[in-house]
Parts: sequence; structure tokens; C-alpha cells
Amino acid sequence: MNERNNGRRAVRIDATGLYYRDLNQLVREAISGGARRIELEGVMGQRYIGTNVYECPDLGDVEIHIHGVPGNDLGAFLNGPRIVVYGSAQDGCGNTMNAGEIVVHGRAGDIAGFSARGGRILVRESAGYRVGIHMKEYGPHKPVLVIGGSTQDFLGEYMAGGVIIVLGLGIDGPHRAALVGTGMHGGAIYIRGEFDRDRVGKEVGIVDPDAADMAEVEEHVRAYTDNFGGSAEEIIAGPFSKLYPKHLRPYGRLYAY
Amino acid sequence: MRNIEALNNPFGDAKVISNCSIFGMMDRTGRRFSGRDISRAIANMHDRGNGLGGGLAVYGIYPEFADHYALHIMFTSAQGRKATEAILAANFQISRDEDLPTQPTAEIVNPPLVLRYFVKPTHSRLEGLSEDDFVVRKVMEINTSVEDSFVFSSGKNMGVFKGVGFPEQIAHYFCLEDYEGYLWTAHGRFPTNSQAWWGGAHPFSLLDWTVVHNGEISSYGINRRYLEMFGYHCTMHTDTEVITYAVDLLMRKQGLPVEIFADIVSAKLWTDIDRMDPESRQLRSALRQVYGSMLLNGPFSVIIAHEGEMIGLTDRVRLRPMVAAAAGPMLFLSSEEAAIRLVSPEVDRIWVPQGGEPVVGRLECTSEAPKSDQPLAA
Amino acid sequence: MALACFKLPEFLVERDYDKCINCRVCERQCGWEVHSYDEEVDKMFADTEKCVGCQRCAVMCPTGALVISPHPGRYREHGNWTQEHLRDAIRQSETGGVVLAGSGNDKDYPVYWDKLLLNASQVTNPSIDPLREPMELRTYLGAKPESIEVRDGKLVSQLPPQVQVETPILFSALSYGAISFQAQEALARAAAELGILYNTGEGGLHHDLYRYRGNTIVQVASGRFGVDPDYLNAARIVEIKIGQGAKPGIGGHLPGEKVVGEVSVTRMIPAGTDAISPAPQHDIYSIEDLSMLIYALKEATNYQKPVSVKIAAVHNVAAIATGMVRAGADIIALDGFRGGTGAAPKIIRDNVGIPIEFALAAVDTRLRQEGIRNRASIIAGGGFRNSADVIKAIALGADAVYIGTAALVAMGCTLCQKCYTGICNWGITTQNPYLAKRLNPEIATERLVNLVTGWSHEIKEMLGGLGVNSIESLRGNRLHLRGIGLTHGELETLGVRMVGQ
Repeated sequence: MNERNNGRRAVRIDATGLYYRDLNQLVREAISGGARRIELEGVMGQRYIGTNVYECPDLGDVEIHIHGVPGNDLGAFLNGPRIVVYGSAQDGCGNTMNAGEIVVHGRAGDIAGFSARGGRILVRESAGYRVGIHMKEYGPHKPVLVIGGSTQDFLGEYMAGGVIIVLGLGIDGPHRAALVGTGMHGGAIYIRGEFDRDRVGKEVGIVDPDAADMAEVEEHVRAYTDNFGGSAEEIIAGPFSKLYPKHLRPYGRLYAY
Repeated sequence: MRNIEALNNPFGDAKVISNCSIFGMMDRTGRRFSGRDISRAIANMHDRGNGLGGGLAVYGIYPEFADHYALHIMFTSAQGRKATEAILAANFQISRDEDLPTQPTAEIVNPPLVLRYFVKPTHSRLEGLSEDDFVVRKVMEINTSVEDSFVFSSGKNMGVFKGVGFPEQIAHYFCLEDYEGYLWTAHGRFPTNSQAWWGGAHPFSLLDWTVVHNGEISSYGINRRYLEMFGYHCTMHTDTEVITYAVDLLMRKQGLPVEIFADIVSAKLWTDIDRMDPESRQLRSALRQVYGSMLLNGPFSVIIAHEGEMIGLTDRVRLRPMVAAAAGPMLFLSSEEAAIRLVSPEVDRIWVPQGGEPVVGRLECTSEAPKSDQPLAA
Repeated sequence: MALACFKLPEFLVERDYDKCINCRVCERQCGWEVHSYDEEVDKMFADTEKCVGCQRCAVMCPTGALVISPHPGRYREHGNWTQEHLRDAIRQSETGGVVLAGSGNDKDYPVYWDKLLLNASQVTNPSIDPLREPMELRTYLGAKPESIEVRDGKLVSQLPPQVQVETPILFSALSYGAISFQAQEALARAAAELGILYNTGEGGLHHDLYRYRGNTIVQVASGRFGVDPDYLNAARIVEIKIGQGAKPGIGGHLPGEKVVGEVSVTRMIPAGTDAISPAPQHDIYSIEDLSMLIYALKEATNYQKPVSVKIAAVHNVAAIATGMVRAGADIIALDGFRGGTGAAPKIIRDNVGIPIEFALAAVDTRLRQEGIRNRASIIAGGGFRNSADVIKAIALGADAVYIGTAALVAMGCTLCQKCYTGICNWGITTQNPYLAKRLNPEIATERLVNLVTGWSHEIKEMLGGLGVNSIESLRGNRLHLRGIGLTHGELETLGVRMVGQ
């Protein structure tokens, strides 16, 4: 079971048929016991992987590699570890995540990155509805969500901070997501490729990214290609549009005082 | 079940609330396969239900009686059975009747007696009704006026199996690994009330139309009142019953195609309609004007099936999940991707349909998912 | 362009110039800038239109020179178009906005607590004097198993996490941001002193309040402000906020003006931005989704904390509550339609939801019918005004109650209902340091402790009169209640008999 991997203690766990609670307990015990790299085999729908490791030491060094399809709320409240999924992630991936990284070699479901305050999520393919909803940033915490393909409607709804980058790789035609950034009042969404500008949220402004914006995009695009391959240069060549909130206080004038 | 309202709604709530997991799989070539895989798939989403209702529908299981209506009936008393069988004898030719095979399953307690009858309407009794309408009428008669009897499956060459328990337990109880069909749907229920009744589980069915449903429809009150104008009696107080009747009214009786059905129950937003070309705008506007009371407003994802067809549909802002996948002739619909991958690790494509856009699988033709949905995997 | 104002003033400020000494206390005390001093004539003046009737100046005036009363100038009386309807319509025609309100529903709906009467022992069983006899109010919150296993005289079963409170009165969710730090600190300190719990609301947990972790309920609401693993694990109870009695079904916007300094730090969002709480939790669109979040929180806290789920009292509340218990909630918190708020659209505050009395009775009854009442504690909230309301709620089936408005009143609140403006002359619902610092946390703590102590003592007296010496003998014991002036339908839903029966 235990082996040394690049000087890091690795543990392999066969998740086949394990109930999520038992699986997550095994992961917790392994990390408390000093394991720094956890390989989970045969994962199929188990929820909350990476959630219950609070108080384990040095979480920033921990890597959890998941083979299969993890269940909903993957990495919910994640606070440091790096999770790599060799498959797709279901709904709620990175829910209220605080720090760490989730790398998905497949697609992600609805509300990926919901309310995330920090960390980074890289999704090789596309993602579902309401992705990046209510992401927020604070001080040094700035969540980043990179989607290789496209997303469905309500991308970045209520977005209050952080960065969402949608690369449009391998999609047929323009992005179809409607109501992008509806209620947005912070952060930025970068979309590569064509999309219907009339269907974005009314709170959203659209500009061409400037050099500083592109430097930020490039950093995360390189992380994307480092993980999934492809040419960062080709991707960065764009064209990118930047969606930004027109107001920090979209509802400031809603009320009669 | 004379007391169907009390049974399914013991506390007299304005409506019965329940949510869940759904799964459907179909071989579009018509090849029949056992219930083993769907049982595993729905079991993989165990935590989406709470063990208070599970069920499956399967198509193509009774080829030797393909021209008969297969009635699955549950009885909780001998008198009920006697009364029901008298109605059957008076109105149908019964070609065969038998107990539904079951096997002991630890978690299944107090099951009712369940029989199946392969029947054909007695022609002299039709009184001008079509055979289908006659069967519907007789099923309603038994379900609303006879004690201790409930017909929960009444289509041809298909069957519904359901009860109180997790769906995988129900599948085991009814020995569904021994059946073969070309289309299966399954449901794991999470009702908020516990006094679950076997008849209240999904799939809900009428003739060979079945519905498994996840979500709660906030427009239930007006959907129900609209359907009542057309003679439907919503005795179960559930969203699923309303959806089933909506399918029956709009698709079976009024003959509207599935795409139009979808545009009624998951109507397009006015802001989108306003941007359409005049012809589309006129159609979509008319649908909303005429069928506004049939908009299913609120979170839902459903799998509707009938002979030769499986339809997946979600609400217009996609508040409930649905993943679709195609693998050769197989089409899958599921609340979660993992359930699909469990039974079909390799797929040709897997995608998440847009809210309100139906995914349709038909026998002997490849299901082209609507152009609009996004290919998410090669 | 600002439209001309057609509003009559709501309050009249009358100054007795014989008593006024021009000390300008009123001017300094009023955040609304009603009072001003004119040097030229050496006289205080008042801008009546600005007055909200909070009475701060009147009570602070050293000579008692000020009287604030409802303005006698009124629009012509109309049975349908009340003064309030007129005023609101005028406000909206000037701004096109949604009329906001603070505090709870102030409309004249029946208060059913006032139609329930308690029992007392006479002759056949003795009443008990709590001054000398034992009288127990200790309560444990959390799921209880149906039975326990005992082997060799030792408890074998492990109970789900239980949280002890010394009296069944808890401070309900009041977020830092909606209220000042001073006010929240006072609540935390009072809770610690009383052996009860306060609730952070959805505004995060200020680092200085982590020391009160033993008395803290942390909330996870739709905005997830300040929610991280430290926050979750600092609590005794984690509460998922689905709804609030004052505004069922809608979210909230803490205006950017209130997101300043430490509020921004605690909520972990930049200063000056609106803190937007979406209407639903976007990972909960369904009962099985609620279960998913409940267990996500249990995973994140290693199954060490009870998870509470708070909902507004609405029409299908009984069915919803059973679903919540089945979804894994250890505590059901019900908030009736008279519950308070820092800000809500008035139209919703006054028209949506149902009274806590009925919601509580319906939920307790249903959970018992379902045989799952033991699987969750019930906390009732929404308009409790005194200890009688509390004890009647316990008799209807609550394990404990949440008080919010009563706690604010203890700290000085006079229900002027302007919490949403960020101006609070009592230093409670403001982030203006000048106003906030007038609330001394030590004094406020003492006042809160006094209030809950007084109520608890009254509850003991009433329990003693009933002839029981422990609160659990009254919990759900509706035979100690009788209804007066209620219809049969009301009596049936409340599960109480009528007086004389």
C-alpha cells in the first residue's frame, strides 16, 4: 500500500464499492498518518472527497489523485490539497473552496467553483450550469476557474470576485451560454471566441483585455496546458473578451429608502 | 384503491413533496438486456433517495403477449382482489394471470400481493371508446372505487415494478435481473413524508407511458387545475402525476410532437422569444398564450418513456441535473455521470442537455441530440 | 432628477423651550441630524421630517425638554388607504424602488400566544416553589437515538453530538454587518455568561469572537460569507440558513456602505461592495441537495457538530420539516413571520409566511406522527416578546427558542425599523464608529444577561405552578395549554383544547 514517490509518502486506496464516508475516513487517516500523495482507484460517485481533512497538517503538500468519476461536492470547503481527477467531476466541484487546486481531466458539472474564495480549478473540457456562481475574492485569496471548452447558462452569476477563463477549445461554433455574469459585482470573466453579446447579464460590461489582463490569463492558460497539453501560445492568441461588472453595487438603486 | 388520496397523502398536505435520482437506458436497436445494469446504476445514486420509494419501468419484456395490455395490480386484501377480478372478468379477455415473481429481500417489508394479468378489452364493452381509452377508464375505476387494489402498470409489452424501498432493493425483490427489455428507467425516491405507500413510488404510468421525475414544481396548483378541466383526477397530489397527465393530454391525446411538448412545459423565456424570427416567435408566443397553465415552473428533470421512445427533459433554467450519454446503440440519461460510467465506462459522447431541450431516443434511429447542446466529450 | 417630495412627516418633535438648556445633547445623539443649534438666535431647532421616532434624544435629554410623538398632521382618513399605504405609494412614485423595512412584521395579525393560556396545579397535585426546590431548565440540542445500549451498567452507544444550554433561550442570527461589532460581542459574551448560544448569522465570525466558540452557532447561508473550515469548526452548531421569517424566499443585500473595515475582513469580501446573499443556496434546489450540504458540513466538521437547518415558516412547513429531518438535519429552526430583520422588502415582511405558533405546532405534530421527533431538536423563533411566549412555545413542542428582537430591545432598540439605513442612534444596527461606540458591550452584556435571567426565572415560576420541576416535562406537553377565542380549526392545528375543557 505505502510507497515512496519522489520522496513523498504515497498511499493507494481502492475505492471500489466503498461508501463515501468510509472512503473519506481512509483518506483522512492516510493524510494524518503522513501520506502526501493519495491515489484513489475505482472512484465512482463518492461525494465530498477532500472535504474532511481539516486539521490534518501541511495540507498544502497533499495531492489526491482520483481515478474514476468522483461524486458531487468534490473538494467542498477544500483548504489546501491538490486534487487531480482522471475523469469527470460532477456537480458542486470546489463548492466554497478556500485554497488548493482541483484539476479535472474531463468535464465538470453544475456550479463548479460555487462561492469559492480561493484556489484554482482547471477543467479540461466543458462545464454545466451556473459555473463560478458567487465566486468571491478577498485580500490574497483570489479563486481562479479555467474551463477548456464552454459552459452552460448563468456562468459567473452573482460573481463577486476572482477570475473565470473560458477557452472555447473544441467547441462547435460560438459559446451558447446565456445570462453570463448576471448579478456580477466583482471579478472578471475572460471568454475566448465568439459569444452572443446581447445575452450577457445586464450588469456586465465587455472590453478587450489589456496587457495586464492578458498576463493574468496567460499564467492560468499555461497552468492549463501544463496539465492537459496543447499550445499555450495558440490559446493565448485568442481572441479574448473580458467581462467585468459595471457596478460594485448592482442593486444600490433598487430600494426606496 | 378507494382511499388512494389518504394512502398517498396521509396528512392531507396540499401536495406531496419528493425528490430523487433518475436513470434511463435504452438500446436503440431494440436489443433486449436484463435489469442488472440499471439496478447497479440507480444503486450508485443511493444517497439521492431515502429508501421510501423505488421503482423501474421496462419496455419489451412481454413479447409473447405483445398485443395484450399487461396489468400489474397490487392487492392488500382478498376482498379487493375479488372485486377487481370481477371487473376484469366483466370487461376483458384474460389470457393469463399469475403472481409477479418475487424473491425474499431483507429490506422489503409488508409487501402487498402483486399480480399481473395479460388482457384484451372485450369488444362488446367498448361503447365507442378506443381500446386505450377503455383501459384507462377501467384502470381509473379500479384505482378510485375498489378497496385495497391498485393498478400501477397497464401498457402493452412493458411493465412497471415499484414499491417502498431503495430501487435496487425493489429490483431485487421483483427479480428484475431475470427480465429483458430494450428500454429501462429507474427512480430512487426521497419523499419528505415517511408514510410511503407502494403505489406512490415512481415510475408513474398510464397505459405504456411512464414518468420518473426529480424535482418539485411550484406551479403544481395551476397545472393541476388546468388538467382537471380535461377530466383528469389528480388523486395522488404529486408533481409526477401532473406530469404524466400532461404527457397524456398533450402528446397522446392532442398528438403534439415532443419538441412542442418541451416548449410548453419548459417554455422559452420571453426575452429569447422576442429575439426569434417572426415565424418561431409566433409559434412560441402562441404556445405560451394557449398553454401557459401547463408551464411546469420550478426545478424538474424527468425521463418520459413509452413504446419505442425515451425522452429526457429538464426545466427551462435547468435547476435539476441530467447527464446524457451515447455508447453505440445505447442511450443513457442519469442524474449523475458516475452512474452511467459505472455501467458503461466507455461512451461515444457524454453531454449535459440545455435546460428545456429534450433528449430523445427512438428505436431504430440514432438519437441526434439537438444541435444546440454542447458536445462535452469527443 | 429628484422629484418633489409630497410626504407628510411621520413624527412631531416638540421642544419645551422653558426646559431646553441648549446643551446640544440631542444634536449629538441624533444620527438623522434632526436637531441643530442656531448660534445667532441661541436656540435649538428640529427638522421634523427627518425624525424616525427612535426616542434617543428624548431619553437622553437631561432636562426632559423633548417629546417625540406621531405627527398629528395626517392625510384624510380612509378605511382602505391607510396613512402607511399612502406614504409608501408616495415614496415609490418618487424613487421607483422597493420599499425597505427593518425589524419584524408590524401588522395587526392575530398573535396566538395571546390566545393560549397556561395551566397551574390546584389541590390534586402540588405546585413547586422554584426559589427553594430544584427547577431544571437545562436542555440538550441535537439528534437523539430511539434507544441506547447499556452493557454491564455502562453506556455502550455513542450519542450523536449534543449541545448543552442552561436555559432554552438562544440569541438568534444577527450578523456582524447588520449589527455593530459591539452588539455582536455583547451577544457572544452574554451567551457565554448565561451558558447559552448566540448565532453569528451569515456575516462570518470576527477573529476577536473566536474566544466565545463554546457558545457559538455559525451560519452557512447562500452568500457563504466568511465560511471556511476554521469558521465551521469554531462552532458548537453549524446552521444552514435556508430562510428567514421576515423575508421567506428572498435573499439579501448588505449595502456596500455597511461593508467597511472589519465587516469586510470578517465576511472576507472587499470593502464597499454589496454583500449579496442570493435567494436560494445555489447548491440546494431540492431536498436531496439539502441532504448533500448537510453531509458536506458533517464531513467538514468530522461529524462533531449538530447541523441545524433554519427555514421560514411557510405553508407546507410540516412536510418540509420532515424532509429536513430525513435529509439529516439534527436541529430544525423555524422562524415565524413576525421574526425580525435588518432589511427586507416591506411587502414581503408583511405578507409572506405564517405565524410561528402554527408552524411549530404543525411540525412537532407531524414529526411525532412520523415517529421521528427524536431525530431532531426544534428551535422556534419569530416574535417572542416575553417568557410566557417562550414557555407556550415549549409546551407546543419547541426544545428551545431563538430571540432576536427581544435581545436588541435589551440593548436599547426601540423598534424604529430603520435598521436597513445603517443609521442607528442606539449603536446597534450601524457600522458608523461614532454611533456604534455608544453601545458599551459590557453594559449591553449585562442587560442581555438580565433579560434572559429574568425570563428564565419567570419560566421556573410558571413551571413550578404547573407542578413540574424540569423543562422536559413541559416540552410538547400541550395539555398544559388551553385556547381562548380560537376557532375549531385553529384549536385543531395547534393541537390544544379550548378553555374549560
